[in-house]
Amino acid sequence: MTDDSRTRRFERLALPHLDAAYNLARWLMRNDHDAEDAVQDAYLRAFNYFGSFQGGNFRAWMLMIVRRCCYDGLARNRPTELVSVEDIDALAAGAEPLSDASRVDDPERALLRRADAALVNELIAELPPPFREVLVLRELHDCAYREIAEIAAIPVGTVMSRLARARKLLQRGMKRRLKKDDGNGL
Amino acid sequence: MDCNDVTRASSSYVDGELDAAAVAALERHLEGCADCRLGVEHQRELSQLVRRGAQRFAAPGHLAGRIGAALDAAKGDARVVPLRRAAWRPLALAASFVLAMILSSGATWLVAAYDRQDRLTQEVVSSHVRALLSNRMIDIASSDQHTVKPWFSGKLDLAPPVRDLTTAGFPLVGGRLDYVGQRPVAALVYRHNQHVIDLFILPGDAAPGVAPPATSRQGYALRRWRDGGMTFWAISDLAPEDLDKFELAVRAPAN
Repeated sequence: MTDDSRTRRFERLALPHLDAAYNLARWLMRNDHDAEDAVQDAYLRAFNYFGSFQGGNFRAWMLMIVRRCCYDGLARNRPTELVSVEDIDALAAGAEPLSDASRVDDPERALLRRADAALVNELIAELPPPFREVLVLRELHDCAYREIAEIAAIPVGTVMSRLARARKLLQRGMKRRLKKDDGNGL
Repeated sequence: MDCNDVTRASSSYVDGELDAAAVAALERHLEGCADCRLGVEHQRELSQLVRRGAQRFAAPGHLAGRIGAALDAAKGDARVVPLRRAAWRPLALAASFVLAMILSSGATWLVAAYDRQDRLTQEVVSSHVRALLSNRMIDIASSDQHTVKPWFSGKLDLAPPVRDLTTAGFPLVGGRLDYVGQRPVAALVYRHNQHVIDLFILPGDAAPGVAPPATSRQGYALRRWRDGGMTFWAISDLAPEDLDKFELAVRAPAN
């Protein structure tokens, strides 16, 4: 294959996923500039490793590389945002049991129904990256757990527990914020 | 399954990611437990809340072009790699010999200019195709020339002339920043029936009179002309005679 036809083939496969790549990068990097850099880096890397793509789920392969580039970018420029994986999973497994926040009564439900888009976006952005990414991949990219496992390089069981934990953190954040607003407003 | 098991599993249950046996056990529990039914319902609402509320970021229009340019550069320095890139490495030695011969002739500038022009033509085609493929034609969507023109200021080292051409049958739909010839350029997007027309505007002189002003590549028709110190490239899948009309409309003096 000539260089040119290889490039065209890559572009035909990869460019339709540009929005997905950018969305994931934008959520992980949290600003336009770094997200663009990470996506460009990812497309170059993907092009270089294109020969090693074995077929199968191209989107997952592409998003795996995008995620990798984002983490590299964070490690380079904002290492404090990266919590070690051990800490994260300890947090997810122990510390607080999952049960308390998932058990809800009706007044709490009414409270959560007042959460607006701005609050949702703000709270997702505040989640530590390992929780943020599984939530974004699930809810915004509609990824199956198996795909998320492939993209984030973790076992499916870990996807399950991180996602449950992400939702719980979100829920708790909403409760806290909405109650605080009530306290200030009334 | 007891209440704790259900609470732990409810997130995966709502996602439809539990296996059949676990689903059966969980649903048996739900039948007799109002608290857990509420909990599951709540998980579902939370998921909906995120799906509805969380922002989906679309890639900015210029990103595909930027990546394309980076890919081209990664294949070798785009400024020196000739258009036919196939097997250029083995030919490098022979090419340098040929180049040395050409250098000694008076035709040097012509060949170099033609090469530059040809490469630029290919880049215009690539940028157009990339924008179509990635479905990101437009950074600023507007049919109002007074909205599109100021959008470019500060992003480019030229002020591209922007005119809506609806009366000539080519409504303006917007513009984007693109990358051609190793620099950011303005791309104006027009429509004619179902066809999209890109009008690239580059600063300065892109080797006038060397490459043909009208040509076609990969099924796209191209027109090139100069005006006011800028070089214009129009590209579309329009019939060539319709693209001629477009060029006339763009070049017609504004009233």
